[in-house]
Amino acid sequence: MMEYLKEALEVYSQYENYIPSFDEAREILIKEFLDKSDLVKLLNIEDERLIRIMAKKAKKLTEANFGKVIMLFAPLYISNFCQNGCTYCGFSNLKNCPRERLEREQMEIEMKSLKDEGIDSVIILTGEDRVNSDFEYIKSACSVAVDYFSEVSIEVYPLLENEYEELAKIGVVGITIYQETYQKDDYEKLHLFGPKKDYEFRLLTPERALKTGFHEACVGPLLGLSHPEKDAFCAILHAEYLMNKFPKAEISLSFPRFRDANTGFKPSYLVSDKEYIKFLLAARIYLPRVGIVISTRERAALRDALMDICITKMSAGSKTTVGGYATSKDEKLGQFEIDDSRSVSEIVNVIIQKGLRPEFTNWVKGVGKL
Amino acid sequence: MFKIGGRILKSRLFVGTGKLPDYSLIEKMYSEAKVEVFAVAVRRIGPNTKHTKNVLEYIPKDAITMVNTSGAMNHKEAVKIAQIGRELTSSDWVKVEIEKDTKYLFPDNYETLKACEILVKEGFKVFPYIYPDLNIAKELEQIGVEAVMPLGSPIGTNKGIGCEVLLKPIINEVKIPVIIDAGIGRPSHAAHAMELGADAVLINTAIATSSDPVKMAVAFSKAVEAGRLAFEVGLLKEYEYAQASSPLDEFIKG
Repeated sequence: MMEYLKEALEVYSQYENYIPSFDEAREILIKEFLDKSDLVKLLNIEDERLIRIMAKKAKKLTEANFGKVIMLFAPLYISNFCQNGCTYCGFSNLKNCPRERLEREQMEIEMKSLKDEGIDSVIILTGEDRVNSDFEYIKSACSVAVDYFSEVSIEVYPLLENEYEELAKIGVVGITIYQETYQKDDYEKLHLFGPKKDYEFRLLTPERALKTGFHEACVGPLLGLSHPEKDAFCAILHAEYLMNKFPKAEISLSFPRFRDANTGFKPSYLVSDKEYIKFLLAARIYLPRVGIVISTRERAALRDALMDICITKMSAGSKTTVGGYATSKDEKLGQFEIDDSRSVSEIVNVIIQKGLRPEFTNWVKGVGKL
Repeated sequence: MFKIGGRILKSRLFVGTGKLPDYSLIEKMYSEAKVEVFAVAVRRIGPNTKHTKNVLEYIPKDAITMVNTSGAMNHKEAVKIAQIGRELTSSDWVKVEIEKDTKYLFPDNYETLKACEILVKEGFKVFPYIYPDLNIAKELEQIGVEAVMPLGSPIGTNKGIGCEVLLKPIINEVKIPVIIDAGIGRPSHAAHAMELGADAVLINTAIATSSDPVKMAVAFSKAVEAGRLAFEVGLLKEYEYAQASSPLDEFIKG
């Protein structure tokens, strides 16, 4: 992956400031297969007419490849202990806030609460702390979750290959891991201390998981931490690399934008709606089969507008606080602020109104254990 | 009418449900397009929730549920999914779908063959989705599958019968039914498949993602019937040049 990324960045640097003409962009958009330079050019487009054409193409590709379906899931935060000094994160060790972790009984209360909402696909999340949320703790949480949900994924700190193997055996099928930024210099500046400082170990995480039999991996940058076009480009190519290396796995992309986490951190870059939309459309056009995820970080109107264009998966009714589903919590203690705070029912209604089918089940319970 | 999987069917149009915008369309396709076989991915069979009903509740009781193992990455997963599907649906019709990759969704014929060997022994009515390869089709016939389901073009591409030269030998050589699955984007493509001698077609994307799935299913149903009739009558040969023919030929010759 390191070599692939290096080569990709060389292509990027050649076209970094290249804005294609209207006609050239249209030529790119009628191609069936795009190359890396085409992707940079699409990411540099500014003409709104072209973005509208991109949206039309993206919609067709999404329908052809995924149908008129939106898969719904929810994150489940089980611990916010963290040893990392990440300047931007609500769970960072730099932040003075109450730390807690759910024990088995509390986890089950949370899971029942999610299950009652109809959620059947869940992502287990923790901060990075090998003492307060060690591997055995994560594994035990996953083994409880596989009894409740048909699809269990994790968004925890990077694990070792043998650890992923153990999780795959108990039925965990997916991994989400954000590289935060693919630009190594900026990465080092943003992560002051802790195991997360190891850029390469994090970058290679999805490969370690997919090697052991995980079915799904979702990757992406946290937009705003570094140069957004460049990070979007690298994330799309990261997804492509994983699709090529693990052709049977389902690979998704997500482009969360930085949201305030009461850390005092001010991002170096602001990513406008127009840029954000363009990144999602470019990802769909370049990789028609990649899943595209949108979280509740984004506001309701934008999520609604994008859902029948390029989105395949969205979170619904999310809480980013530990124990947030069953007990009322101060959401300021969450990992980040949520913008779309609608209930699962409200989101389901919008999906149906848009002529799409909300889908809660995407995996066969028990098959992951094979 | 044709016999397949121990059933006599009137319709040669099978429909996949995975991409539909609304499962209530299934009932309408059954009544208006006379579709009798609906393929359902086991991975999508969820319990009733406060928001959605289980897909199985929408399938008319006289229709056939063909459980689909899509999502399986190997034969072990496909067998397990088929077993779970049979428990959930009480249907022993299983479409074995094991993909080689998620980019093109090409079936993995090798793993498919292994899964089919096990499932036939377990008493399933097995319908393997395959890359069009005559050798594999023959091996599958030997082990006792009900039909083979070769792809017409890569899934979801709407490109029609792109693999015609590979499909013809399968249609000609295997004795079991051949159902063309994947890539059919237009009713005329379905008619083409039937004219070639396919026994049935399975459509998902072209119906599910159209602006009116029920009307499109009716269009496909008519095209399938037309193509089949033409095949039964026998298509005329194509000629490069005009053929002179006249009842007066004898007199003209003098």
